[in-house]
Amino acid sequence: MPYHHTIAGTRYAFPDLKTLLARATPARSGDQLADIAAGSASERVAAQMALADLPLRTLLDEPVIPYEDDDVTRLILDGHDTVAFAPIASLTVGGFRDVLLAEGTPETLADLRPGLTPEMAAAVSKIMRLQDLVAVAAKCRVTTAFRNTIGLPGRLSVRLQPNHPVDDPRGVAAATLDGLLMGAGDAVIGVNPATDSVATTTTLLHMLDTVRDRYGIPTQTCVLAHVTTTLRCIAAGAPVDLVFQSIGGTEATNRAFGVTLPLLHEARDAALSLRRGTAGQNVMYFETGQGSALSAGAHHGVDQQTIEARAYAVARAFQPLLVNTVVGFIGPEYLYDGKQIIRAGLEDHFCGKLLGLPMGVDVCYTNHAEADQDDMDALLTLLGVAGVTYVMGVPGADDVMLSYQSTSFHDALYLRGVLGLRPAPEFEAWLDRMGLAAATPERIPMQLSPALVGLA
Amino acid sequence: MTTPAPSEGVALEGAAPAQWRDLRRFTPARVALGRVGNGLPTDAHLAFQAAHAAARDAVHAALDIPALLADLRNAGLAASVVRSACPDRPTYLLRPDLGRSLGDGSELPAAPGCLALLLCDGLSATAVQRHAPALLAHLAGRLERLGPIMVAAQGRVALGDAVGESLGAEAVLVLIGERPGLTAPDSLGAYLTWRPRRGRTDAERNCVSNIRPDGLPPAQAADKLLWLIGRMRALRLTGVALKDEQPPPAQEHLDQDRLISVVST
Repeated sequence: MPYHHTIAGTRYAFPDLKTLLARATPARSGDQLADIAAGSASERVAAQMALADLPLRTLLDEPVIPYEDDDVTRLILDGHDTVAFAPIASLTVGGFRDVLLAEGTPETLADLRPGLTPEMAAAVSKIMRLQDLVAVAAKCRVTTAFRNTIGLPGRLSVRLQPNHPVDDPRGVAAATLDGLLMGAGDAVIGVNPATDSVATTTTLLHMLDTVRDRYGIPTQTCVLAHVTTTLRCIAAGAPVDLVFQSIGGTEATNRAFGVTLPLLHEARDAALSLRRGTAGQNVMYFETGQGSALSAGAHHGVDQQTIEARAYAVARAFQPLLVNTVVGFIGPEYLYDGKQIIRAGLEDHFCGKLLGLPMGVDVCYTNHAEADQDDMDALLTLLGVAGVTYVMGVPGADDVMLSYQSTSFHDALYLRGVLGLRPAPEFEAWLDRMGLAAATPERIPMQLSPALVGLA
Repeated sequence: MTTPAPSEGVALEGAAPAQWRDLRRFTPARVALGRVGNGLPTDAHLAFQAAHAAARDAVHAALDIPALLADLRNAGLAASVVRSACPDRPTYLLRPDLGRSLGDGSELPAAPGCLALLLCDGLSATAVQRHAPALLAHLAGRLERLGPIMVAAQGRVALGDAVGESLGAEAVLVLIGERPGLTAPDSLGAYLTWRPRRGRTDAERNCVSNIRPDGLPPAQAADKLLWLIGRMRALRLTGVALKDEQPPPAQEHLDQDRLISVVST
């Protein structure tokens, strides 16, 4: 057996690297559903000890999914920078953890990125506690820009998510104004359409662009339709700031999402051709989440957290403005309870940041998960300390279209308040001009008159 | 949700909104909740907790099969009970595969060529208990080649594939409780699958969702399903190729027009 470890006289063996990674993963229901999780607490720790002794280089030499079978593996290995990898090339996974905690600085961590693979980030995360995941992520700096600048130190941005059950433009506009009055919207004003059609998406794109233009907001808008829908909207002349797409960490997962890497390149080129960014040209917005590969039958026997980290290799090939994991959306068969959701959210944020992504988290849960608002408060606060780039803002935390609970505008204000974080600078100046910097007025300011955006 | 006292008044319909709370009339979302510091006012906080509690209770409610059978009998319908392979609710939440499989000892009679009906608790037994008998009272008498009606606890949508395949059914209609949201803990979903057999994907089904008196009322849902069943039999398929092009009635309710299914299939 290539990998093994003995604890108290019991020898635990792991036939290959993906099995070792799966057995070393902190407990979660999705890996149990896939029948790849450790069978006991002791087996899990034995796997973690064997993983700590593993040379990092092994993660390059033995792909968890074969190079020939998967274009995400090819993307990872073909893009690996051996020069950037050199400073850590002789380390084990355990040694890498120690270096990250002891010596990592914003500058050295940024220099390492091209030399890191998702599997390295996933492997080291499996032997880190929550405080380790927080401490290292807090040292990572990732800044992106479109009409404002996202990810600067001391800043926390918010995606304003004004969904409506039947895509009523006035309902979306009202929820958008509600969020703006509470300081949300600097990451993006982004609507999930209930119906993924060119007609609906075009209507919402024009409405959001009108809101942004009439109120003069230094931010970007997005309708989170399928990439093929957005491409057709671009071709028809609709005002597209960002191209959205859900992505995963294997070629087959992406196929289940209806996308390929060339299609994503085509979409990015189309968005860039519109030249709508003023502060920068990061035009892509990706969502991910542990469990999507297993759900699509596309996980190749690899644990869900390692697959999730591989999705970040896909994301970083397209220089996105925003990436977020939708950590609790998928349901209890993948992340059972608040404890598993909290751990997964911090793992995803850590891996994304380490790989250089502008990482946000949709701190969320469904009503069939063993989780509640207290669990979300704990994860939100931990992520704030970890320097999360952005979180979601949903009216009252209740998404009336997607039927799940995310974070509210109030939650984002809470986090900014307790940690002294501020919005993106351009957006902060706008809030100041609108008279919204301090509190939410009962009377809507004249310059934000609802009549300007069709609410009358 | 916070409701202003009548004396405060929300702006009249047609008047330009000027107050924050006026936004409430444009959306069912929890807008204009007010602020205490950065937190929620007490009443808004507790209203949310109450909605979450109702949803949680619906997820964990047990399907009262004798009561459901009695309600069906009162509607003139005979039904029989089948078992999924899933023993209890904690297992149901962790093992979707068991909720999709028939349990041992579930012997089904052959009923080739029929339209089979399966009622499952899904993620809200409350929804099935409350709305399935009413829906079937509007629907069953108008269906040709109606096969046996089955009831199953701890079942998922795809349990209908196993049931339909065992019966040799031409198609199966599954009525199942949707994942409760905070707005409603009792939305019923209806899934129609042509030539049911194990391994069918969601792309091969048609779904009518949000069936409840304040969503898509059962009578209208029955009309929509009858139309879909007719189209299914004409085209001999279900799924993405069967578009819902039913001419809208005068007061078409739009809430079922959702891309995202809220049933854990």
